[in-house]
Amino acid sequence: MRKRWWKILTIVLLLYTFTAGFLIKVPFTGNLYQSIRNLFFHVPMWFGQIILFTTSLAYSLMYLRKQNYKYDIYAVEFAKTGIIYGVLGLVTGSIWATYTWGSPWSNDPKQIAVAIALLIYLAYFVLRNSMTDIDKRARVGSVYNIFAYFIYIPLIMILPRLVQSLHPGGQGVEGNPGLNGKDLDATMRMVFWPAVFGWTLLGIWISSVKIRINMIKDKNLINE
Amino acid sequence: MNKRFIRILFFGMLLFSTSYVEAQQRVVNDSDSVMRSHDKIYVVMAVCVTILVGLFMYLIRIDNKLNKIEKTH
Repeated sequence: MRKRWWKILTIVLLLYTFTAGFLIKVPFTGNLYQSIRNLFFHVPMWFGQIILFTTSLAYSLMYLRKQNYKYDIYAVEFAKTGIIYGVLGLVTGSIWATYTWGSPWSNDPKQIAVAIALLIYLAYFVLRNSMTDIDKRARVGSVYNIFAYFIYIPLIMILPRLVQSLHPGGQGVEGNPGLNGKDLDATMRMVFWPAVFGWTLLGIWISSVKIRINMIKDKNLINE
Repeated sequence: MNKRFIRILFFGMLLFSTSYVEAQQRVVNDSDSVMRSHDKIYVVMAVCVTILVGLFMYLIRIDNKLNKIEKTH
């Protein structure tokens, strides 16, 4: 993780996103007009969040298997960055919705579900910090993190597909919430996937910095 | 190595910033300039890129400071 190349890659990808994202020609779709460019900034927040939460889940499982406190630090910090991405995604989504759907909060199933999911993840930290015993905290925290992940996935991936939604992919709306390729034209895809990759790497970078801080702080608790 | 890298980076930025200012002065009355075309969308781009570069510089500095602390521990 301390290598430099992937950090340079992050910077290059995001600079590409921020320039090409404004410069390319975008298709004319519905009432979106130029705001379709938000796809390079709002949507990768959620892609990044899913990847960060999945990483967090993996480290929680690793903790339960190996009982090494190090893995709990990893799980917590990836989940924290995931929540930051979620909050940013909600705020940017509200801004976008104000000018396309007419109001910042229209009780869209995805908006509600993701707000619930964020609260479930916030409870992870409340639960962890309520315990003073380090081992107990890490073990209960890890178990809760696994539980939170398996509520989070149905809430954002399955539920919005079953009901009517303003987002693409709900009942009665064209498109696919998971972006199946037909929704984007070729030029937009050229920016979208690097954007997703870049934003995710940025999340990993921030998490890795916080992990390293905690590793120094809790040095005496980690048994290598 | 690290200090040298940062110095070269700053040198490059200062170098390019002057040429940018010059370009601005020359085209101040030119309504066909890049920055004024396409409903001034490039102004938004410049603002966003500036913010992004600033945040990256901050993050790199934190990362480097942490490297130093890790070495002393």
